[in-house]
Order: sequence, then C-alpha cells, then structure tokens
Amino acid sequence: MSEEYAGLGGWTPDALALPGQVRQVVTAPNPVLSRPGGEVDPTAEETVQLAADLIATMRVSPGCVGLAAPQVGVGAQVFAVDITGHPKAVTVHGTFVLCNARVVEASRWKAGREGCMSVPDLTGDVKRASRLVVEGELPGTGKSVRLATDGFEARALQHEIDHCAGLLFLDRVAGAHAVYQRKVYL
Amino acid sequence: MNELAITVIGRDRPGIVADVAEVLARLGANLTDSTMTRLRGHFAMTLICVGPAAAEVEAALAPLAADGQLLATVRAVSPDGETAPAGEPYVMAVHGADRMGIVAAMTRVLAEASGNVTDLSTRLTGSLYVVVAEVDLPPGIADALARRLAATAADLGVEVSLRPADPDLL
Repeated sequence: MSEEYAGLGGWTPDALALPGQVRQVVTAPNPVLSRPGGEVDPTAEETVQLAADLIATMRVSPGCVGLAAPQVGVGAQVFAVDITGHPKAVTVHGTFVLCNARVVEASRWKAGREGCMSVPDLTGDVKRASRLVVEGELPGTGKSVRLATDGFEARALQHEIDHCAGLLFLDRVAGAHAVYQRKVYL
Repeated sequence: MNELAITVIGRDRPGIVADVAEVLARLGANLTDSTMTRLRGHFAMTLICVGPAAAEVEAALAPLAADGQLLATVRAVSPDGETAPAGEPYVMAVHGADRMGIVAAMTRVLAEASGNVTDLSTRLTGSLYVVVAEVDLPPGIADALARRLAATAADLGVEVSLRPADPDLL
C-alpha cells in the first residue's frame, strides 16, 4: 500500500486514553439529525471525549457498525465505524473515529439495504460507492489520514458522513418502494 | 374488449389474491397490471384486467365480500394505452414529525410545476412520517422546484430531498 493510502497508521481506540460513556441515541424526527454538523478541532478534549463516547455507545448497540455525533445529539462532524466481523465485510480497518471527514473519490455504485439506529423501524435501498477514498482527521492527535476502502465499510463510511451532513438514508432511497418496515431487530 | 379497474380492500388473510385471481381466471379476464400491498395491516389490491363485462366480474366477486371483511369494486375504464414517460424521472423523499397536510402540501408543489407523480408510498412509524414519491418532471425545472419544495418543507418543519431517479439501464 502506498504512502498516499497509509490508512490509520496503526491508530486504535487506546490512543484516546480515556474511557467512553454510553450516550443515548436519538431517533428521527429529532431535528439534530437533519442539521449539518459543525467542523471540530480533533485535538480538543471534548472531541476526544465524544470519540470515546461514540465507540462506547456503538459497542453496546447490537448490530451497530457505525455511529455519528448527531445520533447522540451532538451536531459535529465526528463518527465511529467498526465493521469487524460483519459477514459482508471485505476491507476492514477495525475500530476508528474520523473527524471532519469527506469523500474524495467514489466509484462503482451499488444498491444495498441500509438501516439506522436513528430510524429504528425502517430500512431502505440506497445506492453507494463500493470503492471509496475518504480524508479526515484522527481524534486526539489530529493527524490527517486518507483511507481507501470498499464494499460494506465504504457503505458504512458514506452513511456516517451523510449523518455529519444532516442526511439520513431516507434522503437517498431509490424509489417509492425502496423503504421497508424492519423485520429483524438485532 | 372491456378494460376493467378493480380494487379489493379489507381485512387481510391468507388467500385473498388467489381467490380474486381465480374468479378472474374463471371469467376469462386477463389480469394485466396489478399491485398489492398491506397498508397498516389492511389488504389493498388494485388491478387492471381485460375481458368480460364489469357487471359479470362484480357479481362473481360478490361472494368474496359477503362476510363484510372485504370491499371489491369493479369499474370499466377506457384504455389509455401506454403513455410514454413525459419527463425526467426524479425521486422526492420527505421525512419529519407527523402532522396534517404533509403529502397535500408537497405534492401540490409538484403539481404546480407540472410534475406527475408516478409512484408514491408513505409510512408512519412512531412519530416519524416518511413520504417517497417518484415523479416525472418537465426538463430543466428540477433546481427551481427543489428550492420551492425546500421552502414548503421548512414551513411544515420537515426535510425534503429531490434527486434524479437512478436510470439503472443495462
């Protein structure tokens, strides 16, 4: 892998060096989910705490592969992702948090079914890039990273980056018959 | 050849589709386009068929409705033929806190722009209301329409997006 796609540089949640608190997940139609989150200082103490809290909350939520700050009521561009062990996972970067993340390359768009802890009773078909390059900053050090991924992790990243922009999967559903009542709760 | 529009609505149970289709088959009615779903648990089916006279189908469906649990209507319609897509296909998604008049207000904005809704579904889950409409728009109006939709959505306190439908052609 080239230096350009150095990934997370060995970052793990231990780098946050503080315990996360489980926060309450808010659900639509809570307006915080529809407001674009603000940029954050990734080195600020509150950002590091938020990062730890997102990981802690994600870990206690069955089936959760990603959680963004607006989902815990904070309008900020911070999210956690961890698709480790998911049956659809291809490339896996483990548990990580990105601040101020943006998509810089997206290709090979594919439809897939998405759910969301903030829309607990519905799922929807959404087209997402299955090849993705994302840039952002790591909480704590503030180090800029450039992450290349694919498949399920790419979908999770786009879903979380959407949250940080005030968008839900409902804003991207493919058509009138692409929203479903959830049949299985994890 | 008669073209008939049939609706069957009522309490859901296994076998309604089979019962309706059997009646139509027996009468030699050719079932063309149809859709069936459950709306808040109620059975709801709409179909077009070609064949016998409306009165004949109505009489044949009557036993299905005899227990008062189902309502079947039959109506002769004039064949319109296939209408070519009139514009550019878009998807409008609306979500927010449930309140009166969301569909009315948002589809009125579409209608005033000569947008033709070709498919629509709405769902209420908890206090979250979701509307997804597929709509054919006259060429070149999408950006201006999106602004009008956003203004109406803001008045209603809901979110709206208008995106080109995925053509998804081979």
